[in-house]
Amino acid sequence: MKLFKDNQISQDTWTEIGDDPLPAVGDLLVSYSRLSAEHATLTQLPVRLGVIFDNAERAEVLKDHLQSLSLIVLAFPSFGDGRAYSLARQLRDLGYTGELRARGDVLPDQLQFMMQVGFDTFEVSDRFTEQDWRRAAEQISLSYQPITGNKQDIWQARHAYAEALREQPHAG
Amino acid sequence: MTTKELGKILTANRLSDGEVVFLTRSAAWSERIDDAVLSIEPQSQAALQEKGELAEAGNLVTGAYLVEAERVNGYVRATHIRERIRTLGPTVRIDLGKQVEGTGGAFAARG
Amino acid sequence: MYRYDEFDQQFVDQRVTQFREQADRRLRGDLTEDEFKPLRLMNGLYLQLHAYMLRVAIPYGTLSSRQLDRLAEISEKYDRNYGHFTTRQNIQYNWIKLEETADLLADLADVEMHAIQTSGNCIRNVTTDHWAGAAADELADPRPVAELIRQWSSLHPEFSFLPRKFKIAVTGAPADRAAVKVHDIGLRMHLSESGERGWEVIAGGGQGRTPMIGVTVREFLPEKELLPYLEAIMRVYNLHGRRDNKYKARIKILVHEIGADTFRDEVEAEYARGSEIDIAVSQRELDRIAAYFAPPQFEELPNWSPRNEEHKATNKEFAKWVRSNVAPHKQDGYAIVNISLKPEGGIPGDATADQMRTVADLGRRFSFDEIRVSHHQNLVLPHVRQEDLFDVWQILSAADLATANVGLASDIIACPGLDYCALATARSIPVAQSLSRRLADVERQQDIGPLRINISGCINACGHHHVGHIGILGLDKKGEEFYQITLGGSSSEDASIGKILGPGFAGEDVPDAIETIINTYVGLRQPDETFLSTLKRIGAQPFKEALYETV
Repeated sequence: MKLFKDNQISQDTWTEIGDDPLPAVGDLLVSYSRLSAEHATLTQLPVRLGVIFDNAERAEVLKDHLQSLSLIVLAFPSFGDGRAYSLARQLRDLGYTGELRARGDVLPDQLQFMMQVGFDTFEVSDRFTEQDWRRAAEQISLSYQPITGNKQDIWQARHAYAEALREQPHAG
Repeated sequence: MTTKELGKILTANRLSDGEVVFLTRSAAWSERIDDAVLSIEPQSQAALQEKGELAEAGNLVTGAYLVEAERVNGYVRATHIRERIRTLGPTVRIDLGKQVEGTGGAFAARG
Repeated sequence: MYRYDEFDQQFVDQRVTQFREQADRRLRGDLTEDEFKPLRLMNGLYLQLHAYMLRVAIPYGTLSSRQLDRLAEISEKYDRNYGHFTTRQNIQYNWIKLEETADLLADLADVEMHAIQTSGNCIRNVTTDHWAGAAADELADPRPVAELIRQWSSLHPEFSFLPRKFKIAVTGAPADRAAVKVHDIGLRMHLSESGERGWEVIAGGGQGRTPMIGVTVREFLPEKELLPYLEAIMRVYNLHGRRDNKYKARIKILVHEIGADTFRDEVEAEYARGSEIDIAVSQRELDRIAAYFAPPQFEELPNWSPRNEEHKATNKEFAKWVRSNVAPHKQDGYAIVNISLKPEGGIPGDATADQMRTVADLGRRFSFDEIRVSHHQNLVLPHVRQEDLFDVWQILSAADLATANVGLASDIIACPGLDYCALATARSIPVAQSLSRRLADVERQQDIGPLRINISGCINACGHHHVGHIGILGLDKKGEEFYQITLGGSSSEDASIGKILGPGFAGEDVPDAIETIINTYVGLRQPDETFLSTLKRIGAQPFKEALYETV
């Protein structure tokens, strides 16, 4: 699967292992049920761990796993199913700082929303070019809502701007 | 003597401007219901539906669907009031819509 | 009123560019209709019965004269010289071309307007009391908070793909003119003993096919906490609202299915959890927004105008209009002028380009450049000197805008119905037209007193029939239109859902049926009793008997 990550298309290095025996090396992506059932074994392996997390689960159940996770994959089963946006926010609020990946029905038009709630990688098809994704990432440069990451939102920006003006002679 | 045939016509909205259009005998799209091909047999109706799906995939029209229609004295009209309003225009603004040009076999939207 | 700064402007401009590209991709075939539909809906563009329909947001129903002039111009440039004001304080254009929509949006952006989130499963245009900032009974102008909510909800990254649409209404007055109890979230201003402003948060109300009155989730939420608290409600809804059935996807169903207490607990838990991202807006930003809504420069005037009194005494038509359409203002010497878009036999909520220009001009000359749109589908000049009422009335009369029926029987709310709407099951407008002809006598209407007749053309209830004192719902029975009548609805502080009276009627029989109901009320009322209080006292039985047993 191709990824859009750090503003470019790259190849995915993770291995989704499903119900297969656990390899001892590599970046392993498991389901949440496997993660909770085999947590002790999994965290002993000298591998990086990722989880595919279901939209119907509550974010808090991952709380104790967050330290051992390097990747969380959230799904968009359809364009209009927005649960993963809230899950992403909650996971970031719980302190998760690793890779947060969007999979499923992902259009460039949604990229910005996803980035704003904390997604940083995106599984993409060949249908859109790297240029399409880049363009989508920067199309709306402004947002009213405070943004995950360090970008300024409109509310902060306008007061910073007013502050700067105040330091200059008043122009009316 | 009144002659009446029941069947189906294929309608859609033109993608670019939303105009209600009808599939004609020559497989083109017309703004006039008078040009619509009335399909009587279930098999030909299925073929009509297929043409609609193809046309949608070609991005010329959108939302194609079959509508119950009848041919009365040579004129085609939709049988249900909803479709009749759609093919003619708002009943409360007879100065707007297709009814202005007198299409629709000169039927009133209601009645 | 609020003015965009360069950030607001840039935001809207970028959105226009984005939509232009999306429309181009669709026209080129790079996007399928399934993909494009949610994108166009998020910009208010529907495909209706005859053509595309564009719904333009009028945030909390407030317009400047320049904006209303532009709406008139747009109706001429892109549509057919008229627009339709809706029950959500918006305006709709019925004959729009996809290939011209981006240009239209750019013309809107030029006057600080947009069509963002007037459709789709997102937070819709926030609505409020159409007399905000002018009403004699209000605690404070609710519009600063409405504007704050507009900004916060605009392209909200987390809440743009909700289970279903989401409507928020705000009021700052004890008399509820914003229908806060029948919205997904209703906010009602209260003052604490120390004068601190807070908001009662009501959630889970709504109309549609399953009408419900909202439940109070918080009695008094300090204003500063408003946005974080709204986020908590939205997050609970976004995660747990049903997505398996669109008819059960509104927040009211979630509240109903898990129960008000569990819902409240969920919201409070989510709120208590807090967030890394602090959404609480600074006092400085609240103050900045509030400054735009400072009262206009009213003159010091006595609360009595000899000129106005004289005209009332000598001109009966003017006097009737003042009685029905003019409401008290908080400022002495001023009045609120309600402009009826319900002429006898007219289409409720429709206004021609010329009429829009007339009202825009009146706003400029007589109302501090302000116009409002009410959810009753009327317009309002909020700040008119009592001295000027006669001049305003004369100009309105010349434009067929002086029907003296605001709040009365022929001030009928009606959705577009089957004449325009792809979802409708029956027509609404012709029923409203025939009723308004039947009830046209203003003196009789004034004798009948306040009466809300609301008509919807399908169970989605855009005509708010559930909360009409008399509600009319148009349905399809084997290809024929028929109409169900409900009694006892209200969207005010005494909010209630109307109950079905009995078997439905054919369209042509509706005026007789309504007439019978009204006559029954007039015959049985006690002095000073309104329709609703009579109904409450005597119940529906006398109406049923009059309607079904004597026919």
